[in-house]
Amino acid sequence: MARITAGIGCSHIPALGVAVDLGKTEEAYWSPAFAGFEWTRTWEREQKPDVVILVYNDHASAFDMRIIPTFAIGCGESYQPADEGWGPRKVPTVVGHPDLAWHIAQSLILDEFDMTIINEMDVDHGLTVPLSMMFGQPDEWPVRVIPLAVNVITYPPPSGNRCWALGEAIARAVASFPEDLNVQVWGTGGMSHQLQGPRAGLINREWDNRFLAGLSGDSDALRHIPHLEYLRETGSEGIEMVMWLIMRGALGQAARELHRHYHVPASNTAVGHIVLEPAG
Amino acid sequence: MSEPRNIHAYLAEFDDIPGTRVYTAKRARQGYQLNQFAMSLMKPENRERWKADNRAYLEDWKLTDEQKQALLDRDYNRLLDLGGNIYFLAKVFSTDGLSFLQAVSTMTGMSVEDYQAMMITGGRSPQGVRSIKDRN
Repeated sequence: MARITAGIGCSHIPALGVAVDLGKTEEAYWSPAFAGFEWTRTWEREQKPDVVILVYNDHASAFDMRIIPTFAIGCGESYQPADEGWGPRKVPTVVGHPDLAWHIAQSLILDEFDMTIINEMDVDHGLTVPLSMMFGQPDEWPVRVIPLAVNVITYPPPSGNRCWALGEAIARAVASFPEDLNVQVWGTGGMSHQLQGPRAGLINREWDNRFLAGLSGDSDALRHIPHLEYLRETGSEGIEMVMWLIMRGALGQAARELHRHYHVPASNTAVGHIVLEPAG
Repeated sequence: MSEPRNIHAYLAEFDDIPGTRVYTAKRARQGYQLNQFAMSLMKPENRERWKADNRAYLEDWKLTDEQKQALLDRDYNRLLDLGGNIYFLAKVFSTDGLSFLQAVSTMTGMSVEDYQAMMITGGRSPQGVRSIKDRN
């Protein structure tokens, strides 16, 4: 049977990808942001996951204003890095896992989550930056990836509660897949940041760290944080953190923290990263 | 439940956040053509045409005169007011060769240097900019 063995939370700041692509990660500005991922790179080499269900949001790349799916799952064979306006990132093609993805999509729909199914799309920094952070610059990504795109741009995005419940349903779906697969779920985006208007540059270190701490243990209090609190406390783009709750929901009732990293700033944003495992 | 079920109650709170335009359906409708224009810059050939002549390129799009002027001025706060979304507008400033940090700083009234210095020292505190009515 397929098993969810771990969850990762990780910012997907585009500038981190640029720093990797241009070989700047050793520079004084960037090295503290990257240092907190070294532990995870070593750990991932030992874990050897087969598949990552990668929860992210598209930033006006594959989806424009014509179509706005709330939850969309990639069931395709592979995905190319998107041209976001400065040419595609020179990173490997992302290889999907259509068998598991279609199994999850079907199971979720029967479980009353009305998913959008995607067979072809390009994937932007929201998906490729976390892969770079966890795996560096390999010739091929060492995992298959199931993209799970969430609308966090046009309001209302899904509630934190719904995201958590979707994670729980993903766990049920994975557990009913007959092949023996080591599956991780990653929730990406955040942490506090605001990229627009006179309030741009907002960072809330205290709130972010409370959120990180709240991901482990057996409390599900985080699922009840309203959108308004994310907006007020973490900036207009901090809402991306609802995607971390899909990851957390997929880990079951309790989770144990294995590693945590927090650094301000990368570009306009607080870098947050956590590694969790299910704890019964 | 983590959100109010009443959409009016849900939306009513958003204008109380200082210096922030939440991208609601109302803004999405107002900015539809503006954001789709920005999307067109995902293609290298369109970027070349746009860079060669901004005004001529805008002729192809059903934008208001205000939206066109704000684009020519690269006035991002104004573009947000006219229905632009930052991830779509990012195609415009990326085509200009600006980073997110450089472009975002232009909306704050700070110089790029001062804005970057603020970020390096921990960013803008939420203290005093959470709510207009509560002044906290």
